[in-house]
Amino acid sequence: MNARSIPHISAAATLAFLMALAAALSSQTAAPALTLLSKEGRRTLPLAMVADQEFVGLDDLASAFQLAVREDALGAITVSYKGKTIVLTPDQALASVAGRLVSLPAPPSRSGRRWLVPVEFVSRALGPIYDVRLDLRKPSRLLLVGDVRVPRLTLRYDTQANAGRLTIDATPGAPSTVSQDGARLTIKFDADALDVTNPLLPPPGPQSLVQAVRLVDATTLAVDLGPRFSGFRATSQQVETAARVAIDLVAQADSTPAAPAPPPTPPPEFLPAFGQSSSAIHTIAIDPGHGGDDEGVRSAVLKEKDLTLAVARRARGAIEARLGLRVLLTRDDDRNVPLDERTAMANNNKADLFISLHANGSMRPATTGAAVFCAAFDKDAAQAAAGGTERLPTFGGGLRDIELLPWDLAQTRHLDRSEAFAGLLAQQFQGHVPLASRAIDHAPLRVLESANMPAVLIELGYLTNPEQARALAGETFQNNVAQAIFDAIVRFRDGAAGGTR
Amino acid sequence: MSRGLLAIGVIAIVAVLLGTLLASHLPRVSSTATPRAVAAPAPTAPAPPGRKIKARLFYVGDDGMRLTSVERDVAYGEGAVEQAREIVAAQIAPVVEPMVSAVPPGTKLRAVFLTQSGEAYVDLSRELASAHPGGTVNELLTVYTIVNALTVNLPAVTAVQVLVDGKEVDTLAGHVDLRQPLSKNLAWVQ
Repeated sequence: MNARSIPHISAAATLAFLMALAAALSSQTAAPALTLLSKEGRRTLPLAMVADQEFVGLDDLASAFQLAVREDALGAITVSYKGKTIVLTPDQALASVAGRLVSLPAPPSRSGRRWLVPVEFVSRALGPIYDVRLDLRKPSRLLLVGDVRVPRLTLRYDTQANAGRLTIDATPGAPSTVSQDGARLTIKFDADALDVTNPLLPPPGPQSLVQAVRLVDATTLAVDLGPRFSGFRATSQQVETAARVAIDLVAQADSTPAAPAPPPTPPPEFLPAFGQSSSAIHTIAIDPGHGGDDEGVRSAVLKEKDLTLAVARRARGAIEARLGLRVLLTRDDDRNVPLDERTAMANNNKADLFISLHANGSMRPATTGAAVFCAAFDKDAAQAAAGGTERLPTFGGGLRDIELLPWDLAQTRHLDRSEAFAGLLAQQFQGHVPLASRAIDHAPLRVLESANMPAVLIELGYLTNPEQARALAGETFQNNVAQAIFDAIVRFRDGAAGGTR
Repeated sequence: MSRGLLAIGVIAIVAVLLGTLLASHLPRVSSTATPRAVAAPAPTAPAPPGRKIKARLFYVGDDGMRLTSVERDVAYGEGAVEQAREIVAAQIAPVVEPMVSAVPPGTKLRAVFLTQSGEAYVDLSRELASAHPGGTVNELLTVYTIVNALTVNLPAVTAVQVLVDGKEVDTLAGHVDLRQPLSKNLAWVQ
């Protein structure tokens, strides 16, 4: 071997090893760091956690990106790069980038004599004025500087009786070669590094054909094979912008060695039906509003968080016992559940209806009456969702054959049916539950926007009206509401099953 | 620095007093002199007389479920950002019965920003959320008080995002999505 090339190779090998290590450890709890990858090499910038946000030192960024940082007497921080400036103000989660305002998830934070900024500063503020492309991969704590090829890998393993299929999507596409080396397969990618964020695979059993998948260097994956492995076949194809490698693994036949191994059948395509209305109702999610330290509206006799839970439990009892449907409560005790988690629980359990329960408050004590709310969206958002039917790469990397809809706009596809259900509820309330002058309303309510099913928010009444608060606390009212919700669900189900709205 | 400001203030006050004294005495001393030259410094010393604009401000209507709008004099502000600041300051100022504000008492204006595309960022103090009484309707009225106060009175403002204590917030009290700028909505006005 040429002696001169040795330092070069060993440097590359060290670099590759460190990159692999960084990628492998990125999701673990070691001192967090942002890894910068460029054609010139790699360096890390320490990350600091401030109020659950990842921050990076402005001085570290300055030395990595040749920035000039200046703090003026009024406290504004000016970051300049080749005549372009970013102005930050302490206490403001905003930055002025070459005259344009961009938002940041948090304001700059001072740590001793240093200024820390949220890592998004790099993509949102520095990116627009920087000479070369900056690609922040926040989940894997990677920052790609310039033209480096770091495909994201998404892995999936589908197992059958005597075979299995390992599918690896690389986005953007990077060619790869698969070879067998004893009890392991190696998959070598033509790239500068790999970005692997999802846990590689679920833990295998002793009979599994695949025992483990790990990174052996910056651009190579190794698949450790189980003792039953007898052969494999790899195929590659382009799926949109991703390069997909499918490796079909075949096991030794147990008792009949002569029998040929059955050809592996392709795994079922994963196709969640976004926006499609199912004709039957199986699962209902009921969301008792507020909880824990978030008490909601308070009155002398009743707290909103207690009322919503009491009504949710009554409704669940009626629906489960008499309709035999599955009812999920987003909380079944006195605790604070974030709004996104409430909707996520309904989405993940494929609920067919989402009903959020709340009690109202007004600055005028005389105000009374129940109302049903549906989500409202700004026109632009609704249009964006309506046009977003094309297939897109997923966040975690790779491509899936799914119709992707922004989380915050999921409800736009269901508004018609949400309104139909709101109308049924208002009908059933009449005569049993006092209604406000406008029984059905629309508002940009956070908990409804991401619901991927018909969804409404019921305001049971005003706790700021002393007389209504006493009524809401009573068993008669709570039973009437639960019954009205039950009746509306029955009508909604019958309407849906009959093919009408 | 504050001592310097104090000195400038004292000099300014003395200058005004001297100016008025001279202005009132000079004509008697010398009626042919040019009093204009002496009175000239006066306009720079005191604040310009309170110039006002008419603006529609929003308060909780009698039914407690909608806002009602009232025309009020609001201090003139030079430029859109200054004017936006004056309108928000007037909107969140305490009112006396029977008027009721949907903005919690103690809420202070921290800053107003305006983007070129007409989005206003209104940064209010933490009381906006911490002192909020809760309830969907209350929260809607609070949010649209601020959104409408700017979008109705300033054609340059097309949408408003409310920030609390300098930060983006999900909601004020668990209902209304504040993660994006909201456009004018008169459905919440009687």
